[in-house]
Order: sequence, then structure tokens, then C-alpha cells
Amino acid sequence: MGERVGIEVSLAASEAIKMANVDVVAAYPITPQTHIVEHLSQLVADGELDAEFIPVESEHSAMSVCCGSSAVGARTFTCTSSQGLALMNEIVFIAASLRLPIVMLLANRSLSGPLSIWNDHSDVMSIRDCGWIQVFAENGQEVFDHVLFAFRVAEDAKVSLPVIVNIDGFVLTHMIEPLEFWDEDTVKKYLPDFKPVNQLHPDKPITMGAFGMPIIFTEAKKAQDEALIKSKTEILKAWKELGDLVGRYYQPVETNHLEGADTVFLTMGSIGETVSLAVNELRSRGKAVGQVKLRLWRPFPFEELREAVKGVKRIIVIDRAISFGGPGGPVASEIRAALYKERTMPAITNFICGLAGRDVTPDDYIKMYEKTEKMTKKKVREEDYIIYGVRE
Amino acid sequence: MEPLNVYASRLITKKEYFTPGHRACQGCAEALAVRLVAKALGKNVVVASATGCMEIVSSPLPFTNWEVPWIHVAFENAAAVASGAEAGTKALIRKGKLTDKGTVFLGMGGDGATSDIGLQALSGAFERGHNFLYVCYDNEAYMNTGIQRSSATPFGAATTTSPAGKLTSGQITWKKNMPEIAVAHNIPYVATACSSYPFDLIKKVEKAARIQGPAYVHILSICPTGWRLPPDKAIWIGRLAVETGVFPLYEVEHGKYRLTLDVGELRPVKEYLKPQGRFRHLTDELVEDIQKRVREEYNKLKIKTTL
Repeated sequence: MGERVGIEVSLAASEAIKMANVDVVAAYPITPQTHIVEHLSQLVADGELDAEFIPVESEHSAMSVCCGSSAVGARTFTCTSSQGLALMNEIVFIAASLRLPIVMLLANRSLSGPLSIWNDHSDVMSIRDCGWIQVFAENGQEVFDHVLFAFRVAEDAKVSLPVIVNIDGFVLTHMIEPLEFWDEDTVKKYLPDFKPVNQLHPDKPITMGAFGMPIIFTEAKKAQDEALIKSKTEILKAWKELGDLVGRYYQPVETNHLEGADTVFLTMGSIGETVSLAVNELRSRGKAVGQVKLRLWRPFPFEELREAVKGVKRIIVIDRAISFGGPGGPVASEIRAALYKERTMPAITNFICGLAGRDVTPDDYIKMYEKTEKMTKKKVREEDYIIYGVRE
Repeated sequence: MEPLNVYASRLITKKEYFTPGHRACQGCAEALAVRLVAKALGKNVVVASATGCMEIVSSPLPFTNWEVPWIHVAFENAAAVASGAEAGTKALIRKGKLTDKGTVFLGMGGDGATSDIGLQALSGAFERGHNFLYVCYDNEAYMNTGIQRSSATPFGAATTTSPAGKLTSGQITWKKNMPEIAVAHNIPYVATACSSYPFDLIKKVEKAARIQGPAYVHILSICPTGWRLPPDKAIWIGRLAVETGVFPLYEVEHGKYRLTLDVGELRPVKEYLKPQGRFRHLTDELVEDIQKRVREEYNKLKIKTTL
């Protein structure tokens, strides 16, 4: 196995991209993604990574360049955040429908306004329905592993879809963590050369991105939906093989302290680690509390979620974004929808917190638990969502 | 030119890379321009097209009129997509994953996709120095959405969003000079062309494809539908555009200007404006304003050719 080093997560991610021997990187600088592209351009400048680094004039062009380079069969990477993602939004959707296996690291940051450079999930939630495979990482090691995982899954001929790996801005991107690099043999075993399903090449001309009349549009979209749903098989396979190679087994839905739990926290991304501290504390106080972490956001892991929360009476869903004027946090509404058909649907409390990098400590999660417990006891009809920690 | 008149049909390949059966309007000189560009480039090309007439008429799923690899992603990004295809291919060749066949990368779009919404992406691709060719098919308005004005619509032209009304006489701004914007990027080759002059057009596209680095060809593409002109007058009006000096044919190679067709004494601009319905509301006074402007611009260009 590879060596264990202390390194900033952004640099580790770049090293993983180098190990993936990527052919094209197209990116535009935006905080907090910058360290990743800076390091990548240095690797290219030093001849350590043989790739075309395209310093585009906008994120819109970043994703457009990615479409062009992926379409000719080049292994393609980009990286952005917040406003950058919003600017490339149009092309993000098209990349998925063109079935181009681009890999994107998204350093999650809140969407303006007010302008903020800090971390929450409002950026990725704005592209929930873009058709990409979307996973969340909780720590630096997971980021490193998931860069290689992302290329492996995206380029799988049975999948051929782009993948977003979500990494919390600053909280992950700028953290120095001890993590284990893979050795080259392991990377080679895990990630084969990219053999595109369709490729723009004069020897075999094809037309990509044709326009769809109403008579064929629905069928094209149905095919796209099926492709994303079916990609789960290869996702699971890729995680299993990753586990067999490096000993870390990832799951679409991961659990912590679920034994006999009547209440569980449900989280996505790096706050999972903070919540686990709160869960440990609550357990030590004799509370039957557990934790469910969603790693796979798209395709949504319905079965695994239902299995994980079987017998659970209450789920406290932690959201890092608001659906203004809507049913609360986007994660909570999906959880409600996913469990609606269950015979015994758990009660769901939705806290929205940690917006734009506002610190949420283990104590805060304990308070959320206590508030939930109180509401349960009093049998009050609770609000659809609570924005936690608002200063009044 | 004389021998060309005799042997014209033999000088252009019969092979079509932009095939018949597309859904362009009758008399569409833009489709003709696309066809000539495709012939000039041959089969060793990758095309990235912007959204627009030419994309819509040639790619209704599951049909295609493209005999060469072709991709359409969105409206404003053809230059970025072409630059990505070029960069990807370059990396794959360098890493021994593809053989170098000298493939040409072509970005194409209409005047809206080029001089309005896609200007930034095009400027970026020029500045980065990709080895690619961008062709603007300029029909002087957003024809695909129903003849709305663009920054390439000429002064005085009536469109659905620059109508001739009681207070205004069509487009109130002068046409954005896209070839000059391309020249300002210090790219090695910029040219104007018109499908009414097919040999000139083909020669320029061939040259643009051969030159290392970014190249830009701006093709005046007559749109009978949008210009309110009988379809059989498209080629004729294109010739008038050139002969009146409204659209001079020239090229700028490594900064050096050259008129590729010196028409000598310019014909009055009135001859060009009169047959077109989009200019029919113009008063003699406005026609005179246009005449003045055309002469000025033409003289400025001529001075550049002597530098």
C-alpha cells in the first residue's frame, strides 16, 4: 500500500488527479477551489503531469472545454465552487445528456448573495437534477480515494456519465490531514485507460448533441434517467474493488451507532464527523441515537436508505441549504419523499445550519437533539424546518 | 479569374461533407457557405457548432447532415468546445494514444453566437492560442429565433426587435466590426468572405486551416427570409454587398491587410439596400448617411492595406 503523509486536502486531490494521468484540466480560479488548480498547473509546469492545462476565461468555458476534450476521448477534469458552478450551470446539464465522463471536484461554497466564500451546500443543491453522478466526501482520505473512484465510474463503458465529488470548501479543501496515498500499481489496477464509447474522430464521424424534436425528446430523457439509475451497479462494484485494494469500503449510505437507535441524525459531507462526536456523547448519556450518512446523492440510494432507517422512529436531517419558500432543506425533502411509501415512516425533523461556514459544534447537534426530544414528548406538530442558530 | 469561370465546377470537390436534405430555407446562402467551408476542409476535421440555424437544420435527432465528426453543446461556447477538442487531441497525440493526422478543429456559429453571446468564449480561445479555426456565418440577425437584431445587424435594417416605427428607422446602431475584433487579438489569420465568391471563400478557409494558431473567417451569409429578399436573389445581393463596399473581401495575415478582391470604383450603396425589404423604410437622407459611412470605412480599410 502507499505511503501515509500529512498534506493539505486540495494538494492531495491534485496528486490523485495526477495519479489518474488526466489528459486535460480546464478551470477558472474561484475560492476555495484555487489550491487544487494552482497545484495542478504547477504539476504540469514541472512536467510531473503530462496534461493540457487550459486556463479558461470563465467557468462557462471551463465546462465547455471539458465537453470538447472529453468528446475527443481525453480524460478530463475540472474543479469549481459556488458562483463558478452557477455560471457553468447550462453546460453542466448538457455534459450529462451528452454522456461525457468528465470529473469535477466541487469545493462546496454558498451561493451569493450576500457574497460569501464560505462553506455550505447551496451550490450543489442548485444542480441537483443535472444528471451527474454526485457523491460527498467526509475527509481528505475520502477525497483522494474518490478522485480515482470518480474517473473509474465515469469512464466505465456501462456508465459513461460525468461525476461530481463534493468536498466542503475550506473545512476540507484547506485542511492538512494525514492520509494514505495509493501506489502506482494500485492505481493501474483500479483505473484502466479511458476507452470512450463515442469519440469525435475523423476516421469514424459521428454527430453529437443533435437537437430533439418532441417526438424523440422524452425517449432521450428516459434513456438518460435509466443510465443514471443503472450506474449504481457499477458504483457499488467500484467501491467494492476500491475496498479490496486499499481496505476502505465505501457505501451509498453509511451508518454509525445504529444498534437499537430510535433517533438518527442524517448528514452529508464533512459535518458527518462533527455529528459523530455528538452521537458518541449522547450515547454515553444513554440516548439511543445513531447516525446515517448519505455518501451517494445521485443516483439516490433509495433501498439502502430504507434499509438503514428500518425501525428508526425519528430522523434529524441536517441541511446545509435552503429551498426558499419551499418544504425546507433539499435533503430533508428528498428523505421525506424517499420514505413516504414506508409502512412505518419515521418522523422527520429538519434543521438547516452551517450556512456560509457558520460553525456548528457537537454541542449544537446535542441541542438539536434535545429540542427534537422535547417536541416528540410534547407531541407538538412541528415546523417543516428550523433554521438553527439564528441570532435574534 | 477567367479560367476559373470555365472550369469552376471541376475545381471544387464533388464530395459533400455537409450533405443535401437539410432543412434550411430556400435560397439560404448560409447553408451554401457551410457547404463550401465543409468542402474546403475535407474529412479530416472536427466541427463544434453553436446553436443556431445551421445546427437546427442539420441535426434533428436521429438524422444528421454531417459526414464529419460534429458536436453541438450550446449557443455561446462553440469556440470553447472547439478549443477543448483541440487540446484533448493534442494531449492524446503527445501521450501516444492517438496518431497525429493534422486534424483541423473548426468552431462555427452565427453572428449572434459570435459577436454577442459567444464573444467572450471566442476571445478566450483566441488569446490562449489554440490551433483552431473559427468561422462566423453572419446573416446579420438572430434568424433562427425569428429575425431579432444582433450587434451585427447593420444600421437601418428592420428586424423584429429593431422595427421601423413612427419614431425609429430600424437598427439604430452601426454593425459591430467582428473581423477587426479578431485582428485585435493578434491572431495569425483573419479574413472576410461571402458565398457569392465561392473560390475566394474556399481559398481563405484552406489557408486558415493550414496556418498554425487561431484563425478567423467572417462570412457574410445572405438570409433571404430575414432580409426580405426573393430566394433567387441571394447570390446577387452578396455580390452587391461586396461591389458597393458594404462588405469588402480582405484578409489579414500576420497583421498584414490585403484586399482579396479590389472592386475598383464602388457602386452606390443604394443598389444594395433597395432590393431588400429590411431597408425599404429608409429615407434618402438615411441612405446617404449609410453611403457616407460605407465610404469612410472602406477608405480606412484601403489605407490599412497600404501599410
